[in-house]
Amino acid sequence: MELSGWVQDEAYRWRRPPTGAMRVPAVIYASAALMAEMDDKVAEQIANVATLPGIVEAAYAMPDAHWGYGFPIGGVAAFDPDLGGVVSAGGVGFDISCGVRALHTGLRVGELRPLKEALADTLFGEVPAGVGSTGAISLAPAEMDAMLEGGAAWAVARGYGTSADLVRVEEQGRMAGALPDCVSDKAKNRQRREMGTLGSGNHYLEVQEVSEIFDRAAAAAFGLAQGDVVVSIHCGSRGLGHQIGTEFLRDMAKSAAGFGIALPDRELACAPLTSPVGERYLGAMRGAINCAMANRQIITHLTRAAFARIAPEAELSVLYDVSHNTCKLEEHQVGGVPRRLFVHRKGATRAFGPGHPDLPSDLRAVGQPVMIGGSMGTGSYMLVGAATAGERAFGSACHGAGRSMSRHQALRTWRGRAVIDELAGRGILIRSPSYRGVAEEAPGAYKDVTAVVDEADQAGLARKVARLKPHVCVKG
Amino acid sequence: MIASGWEHFPHAADIGIRGFGPTRAAAFEQAALALTAVVTEPGRVVPREVVALICEADDDGALLVEWLNEIVYEMATRRMLFSRLEVALAGHALKGRAWGETIDAARHRPAVEVKGATYTALAVHQEGGRWIAQCVVDV
Repeated sequence: MELSGWVQDEAYRWRRPPTGAMRVPAVIYASAALMAEMDDKVAEQIANVATLPGIVEAAYAMPDAHWGYGFPIGGVAAFDPDLGGVVSAGGVGFDISCGVRALHTGLRVGELRPLKEALADTLFGEVPAGVGSTGAISLAPAEMDAMLEGGAAWAVARGYGTSADLVRVEEQGRMAGALPDCVSDKAKNRQRREMGTLGSGNHYLEVQEVSEIFDRAAAAAFGLAQGDVVVSIHCGSRGLGHQIGTEFLRDMAKSAAGFGIALPDRELACAPLTSPVGERYLGAMRGAINCAMANRQIITHLTRAAFARIAPEAELSVLYDVSHNTCKLEEHQVGGVPRRLFVHRKGATRAFGPGHPDLPSDLRAVGQPVMIGGSMGTGSYMLVGAATAGERAFGSACHGAGRSMSRHQALRTWRGRAVIDELAGRGILIRSPSYRGVAEEAPGAYKDVTAVVDEADQAGLARKVARLKPHVCVKG
Repeated sequence: MIASGWEHFPHAADIGIRGFGPTRAAAFEQAALALTAVVTEPGRVVPREVVALICEADDDGALLVEWLNEIVYEMATRRMLFSRLEVALAGHALKGRAWGETIDAARHRPAVEVKGATYTALAVHQEGGRWIAQCVVDV
């Protein structure tokens, strides 16, 4: 990235004062090395976000930021509804509420080893993954609406899991304010047979080992010890979210001029929070958040069924469930004054620090678990919202490694079968319906997740707690 | 004679699709084939069944996005892939037909699901007599 115009005001913080149509500064959390590597498009996109009406404080980008649609992936921005603030379909993205759920298993890695092959096959058989796969549940219209309003709580009421699961899910598993009537028939139709499916691309279900602990106190509070086996589920709101994103991107791109909003990029499509189209989008998007949480709840149930057959002694409980593509109304201190703001996180995660009132009571003293997914070969990290997080990027952190190579290039570089064999040699079992899909997701096509996580830690966004090493990975 | 064809172009996280041909309609047809090729090799998809599609928009670029998103919708809800396309354009209104078949995981080995067509790198234009229709699709 071209660094002229950017001021390094901390070791891991860069600030670009407003120029032109920018209403606030743009701020990127990264080292000089990562800034230099970052795509110029991130600078352009984050500066564009800073031009949107009602934006508060600054437009932020996380250490893993890369070229997205309108907003960079790894972008965070908050808007004040009383100051003409907007909601942006592009700022949330196509895969609304895509996120990660982590589960304890109660197993130790020694117990996992002899069961690994059977567990991999059973999970792959139990959890529908890949293009065209369908779930066992088909939702009739009334049930669809109940799901859109009820989220993971709806899934629990239908027998997928227990109410104890909901305590560790954001919003207790049910996002308030969802309006099923604002979700089109097409979006509902796209979802009808997709409940409890993983999807494809970078979505996965992994069985992982806690391979290293960095923060003993936080790890203990999360119930993690070295050698423990956990499960991570990464997926989102499936076809419903994709369709809502598609439709509102189009509608907001059309209506923007009528609201006097000059869009520097059509993908930044947005509407005032208090406008009819803005309110309809909020109602539909909250439905999609519920859909994603319900989906991860059903997949949790399927995961339990697979474990019950292979390792009946395992007890799967929810460690935490967090979403990465959302716009949520939150209270934040701005210049010492509490304000109610709509915070967009596009490819970024909430990272609330200790004491935050929205955290479950048993985690409030330590802070929010922040799960950061890496590629299938390199592992993932568990972090905790830092005490400073509330003042940094509205309590946000990075969400993953981010790609370093296009799918196009990855396909020319790797063969899926060879990637699977190489990982199997290292004790990582991949199960996927598509070799090509595996080649596109090859570990070498992703940035070094450790570097990204270290920077989030150093920048004070979130603190490292544990490293998770993959053993089994079901890819869509 | 201007040949019709399609290709993919790189994007950091997703995939760029590009169709080209002697007419705007041919470029739209080829762009849809490039969309299928994101998921599987179009040659593996037998054109057994036909689906009719219509859409319209305010300009050529938005129409291409609409057209591709209609196909994404049909792919998702019918669990189908399409290998033969026919497009008729009247201004910014499109009438199309898509021939294909139900996804067969063993035979098609679908690599990735398309979430939607985007406005990124979106262009519909003529270059040296050849029409080009392209955009990035989110996968």
